[in-house]
Amino acid sequence: MPPPVRRIAPTGRPTVVMPPSNGNRHDSPTVIDPDSADALTTPIPALLSPSTETDGHRRLGRPPSTETLERMRIESVWLAYGERWVVRDVSLPVRRGEVLALIGASGSGKTTLLRSLNRLTEVTAGAARAGRITLDGREIGEIEVNSLRRRVSMVFQQPNPFPMSVRENVAYALREEHAPRRARKRRSRADLEPAVIDALRRAGLYEEVAGDLDHPALRLSGGQQQRLCIARALAVEPEVLLLDEPCSALDPISTATIEQLIVGLRESVAIVIVTHNLQQAMRVADHVAFMHLGELVEYGPSTQLFDRPREQRTRDYVSGAFG
Amino acid sequence: MFESSNAPRSSGSPSGGSGARLRLFGGGAAAAERRGELALGAVAVGVLAVIGAMAVTVLVKGWPSFAHNGLAWFGSGGDVTSQLGAMINGPKTPGHYVYHFRAWPLIWGTLLTTGMAVLLGMIVSIFAAVFIVEFAPSRVRAVIDPVIRLLAGVPSVVYGLIGILAIAPWVEHNLISRERKRSVEYVVQLTGANVSVATLILTLMIVPIMVAIVVSALETVPRSWIEGSAALGVNRWRTTWRVSLRTVRPAIVAAAVLATARALGEAIMLAMVSGGVPFAPNPLDGTTFFFEPVRTLASTIIAYIDSVEVVPVGQTLYAIGAVLLFSCGLLSLASWAAKQPMKRYGIRA
Amino acid sequence: MSRAPLTASASPPLAPPAGAILAGRRRDRVGSWPLLDRLAFGLCWAVGVGLCVVTLAMVGFMLVKGVSYLSLSLLVTHPNAAPDQARSGGILDPIEGTLLLTAIGIAIAAPLGVAVAVWLSEHKRPAWLARAVESSIEMIAGAPSVLLAFFGLILFARPALAFLSQTSAGGSVFGKSFLTAGAIMSLIALPLVVASTREALTQIPSHAREASYALGKTKVTTIRRVLLPSVRSNIASGMTLGMGRIIGDTAIVVILLGATLRLEGAGATPLLSTLRGTGVTLTSYVLSNSPAGEGNAHEKAYAAAFVLLVLVLVLNVLALRFGSAGTNGGGRWWRRLAWTR
Repeated sequence: MPPPVRRIAPTGRPTVVMPPSNGNRHDSPTVIDPDSADALTTPIPALLSPSTETDGHRRLGRPPSTETLERMRIESVWLAYGERWVVRDVSLPVRRGEVLALIGASGSGKTTLLRSLNRLTEVTAGAARAGRITLDGREIGEIEVNSLRRRVSMVFQQPNPFPMSVRENVAYALREEHAPRRARKRRSRADLEPAVIDALRRAGLYEEVAGDLDHPALRLSGGQQQRLCIARALAVEPEVLLLDEPCSALDPISTATIEQLIVGLRESVAIVIVTHNLQQAMRVADHVAFMHLGELVEYGPSTQLFDRPREQRTRDYVSGAFG
Repeated sequence: MFESSNAPRSSGSPSGGSGARLRLFGGGAAAAERRGELALGAVAVGVLAVIGAMAVTVLVKGWPSFAHNGLAWFGSGGDVTSQLGAMINGPKTPGHYVYHFRAWPLIWGTLLTTGMAVLLGMIVSIFAAVFIVEFAPSRVRAVIDPVIRLLAGVPSVVYGLIGILAIAPWVEHNLISRERKRSVEYVVQLTGANVSVATLILTLMIVPIMVAIVVSALETVPRSWIEGSAALGVNRWRTTWRVSLRTVRPAIVAAAVLATARALGEAIMLAMVSGGVPFAPNPLDGTTFFFEPVRTLASTIIAYIDSVEVVPVGQTLYAIGAVLLFSCGLLSLASWAAKQPMKRYGIRA
Repeated sequence: MSRAPLTASASPPLAPPAGAILAGRRRDRVGSWPLLDRLAFGLCWAVGVGLCVVTLAMVGFMLVKGVSYLSLSLLVTHPNAAPDQARSGGILDPIEGTLLLTAIGIAIAAPLGVAVAVWLSEHKRPAWLARAVESSIEMIAGAPSVLLAFFGLILFARPALAFLSQTSAGGSVFGKSFLTAGAIMSLIALPLVVASTREALTQIPSHAREASYALGKTKVTTIRRVLLPSVRSNIASGMTLGMGRIIGDTAIVVILLGATLRLEGAGATPLLSTLRGTGVTLTSYVLSNSPAGEGNAHEKAYAAAFVLLVLVLVLNVLALRFGSAGTNGGGRWWRRLAWTR
């Protein structure tokens, strides 16, 4: 009997689909709402992620819309820290309308590649880059670094909200001079309020904090803090959103909420997510790039990469032979 | 095996440490321990008692001066020098002492020098601390760290000496014109030893304390916040201003309090550089205000310490000391109160 | 698995084509910041460099004046009371006075400070008393030395404490001597010793103490044999900082040492008479020879101030050495535990 599957829909809430209890595959499956009373009596395994079997049918959600727009292009990029080349000759496109997942074992260079997209690698002494990374056709080394980072936003692994209120956190980047036109005119609290609420809505946090936007951000739960960081990153209306293992420090329910969010955001923002969690990549990504020891081993649509990987190393990684 | 925590669990004493039975006079390890503990405790209590006694004594000894002048003690009227002179030359028999004293010029002088020095010092220290932590290249950092430590260690006499022998003459020669002197010469003598020079040197003396506190606080700001702000496209200065400095506000308050206490109590340097005339500089005098001499509470004590045996003078000096003590106590209270609202937003004090 | 999955591909690319490398560290260019931010950046630099310049100017000035006025003979000649610079002697007595006073001050402050620090760190019961002691140490640290000297004046004028100083003919206790000044000086060095020692003690993880107790050692032995030896360098650092503060203090000297020109002993016994007598230190010497004091002997003042500065500098450098020895050795302190004693 196939194990139950958790379906993530871009709109609506996560549901659980149980195979028909009589064992007959042709009957319609039962759908359970995790927040309903039934869920409390349903055994726990039904609510968690499915097993490692890769089955194309498991990856649910709307297929990617056919109109994608290429935002960034990574061309033959090499990245080094000191003497060592950490990323070797990687070429990838980053498109709005789809989620690109970078997967691979530790040390594969995926986080370094992600951080090079908004030039955070430059903060470390001894970092070097070869190759081209372009944003809308312009090499990012030529764009002023702070305006680049407003167009390419990042969310980190550990939620890092500032020691201020929720409102102040989200409005943080909006108060700077080069904030998006809509918020720039007068940076008073009242004028920024619509932008703040909008960002909180897009991050799926508004309902939970609407009552008190002055609540100290550090008193939110881990999942809420991470969504606050996402809202903060979205407030500047970036073109690309970079997510560095955003759910690794969170519990499964917060993870589910954020994954749902990510799929919903891809229509407006190009998303690149680094993840250690293969099932998360399966659930969320449209294209997947598998990296190993700095090289790009395989890149392709997620359905193809997980079901019919071309390379042996990909097959080994995806089936769990190493990690 | 053993959980290591930083707080020593002092209840882990092998004798059980309950102290239920006062085993003092027996032999053996437990009694020796108890004796040792009591001895140490007695020493600590002794120090405590000494401090308490100091506060009480100064107040008690200074009381007659307050009693005879009432609240007018804090007011103005007359010249402090002549008032103290009258006490010294006045009758020496109890019951006939001269107590007349108006401390306002001294209080104003203290407020002026301390206030301006702390204000200026805070600005200088914050920018210096930000420079040290954020912008200084490592080679410059290697120079400025010992410089700050050096500034902190220089004795106040040396500051005073340089002030009175090098800076004051330069100021008098170059910045105070003869006309200006003549314009006020019936009221007061303008020299290089004046409120501005004193304030500037006082600022230099308190900057190292504040810089050290703010720098060590800035270095504890979590890097994740700074990285998060940089990733949002905020430049280094704005990040420092909006995240780091905001986070270390309690440390800035603590630094300001410590610096104020230091400035309040600075007697020697001010005695040498501030002009020695207990004149209350008047801001309405325009630019002349900057060159008027001043005397503070603490430097008055030093100036008249030789006459402390003359009873009324002694009691007046103790009264001044009591005012200083009270101000320092108020400062600690104010700093505690100022830190409370900041705890709400997770700013660790 | 036919082949090991952990290797790279058969022929991995080794290096990017030459000439394609963009070197790393292009930070946030200040030139592109808004005007206000650039001004702030400039101000930071100005303040930082300005402080260095002012300090170096000050030290340089003192160096020049000191070297020009200080001579070896000055260091070993007693001062004379003469209005003429050429005959007013040297600064031997102030130097002796400084050294003596510092020795007395730190001799009282060090054991007292270590005892208080040990009590605060190891016993601290009852809790209210521990808090009170902590607050009072902080209060002493913040108290102006004028006030502390003032208190000393009252305290040591009591007939009960007359043995610490002289009694004048009229029967009133003078109250000013090396012993009395030294006692109050110890108060200003005390918080520094307490702070360094206590901080070091609290950083020793509790398993060190527990291991010692498990071997059957008492608390006293543990403190004496295990804990204190490992914080030796921190105690030394605190003491050095305290000595620096004592050497530089003037108010207590002026008030409690009786401003004589030389070390005037009281009585006949050799050491005790000096201790009970009045004297002069470098700081009060500088004060009296400056325009603010009686004399107007600028040159002697500069010379004495120079010696003072050198002393303070040396002490600061020493304190740094001890401090860093503590933190480096701090990582290896467990090797110095005396288990078998």
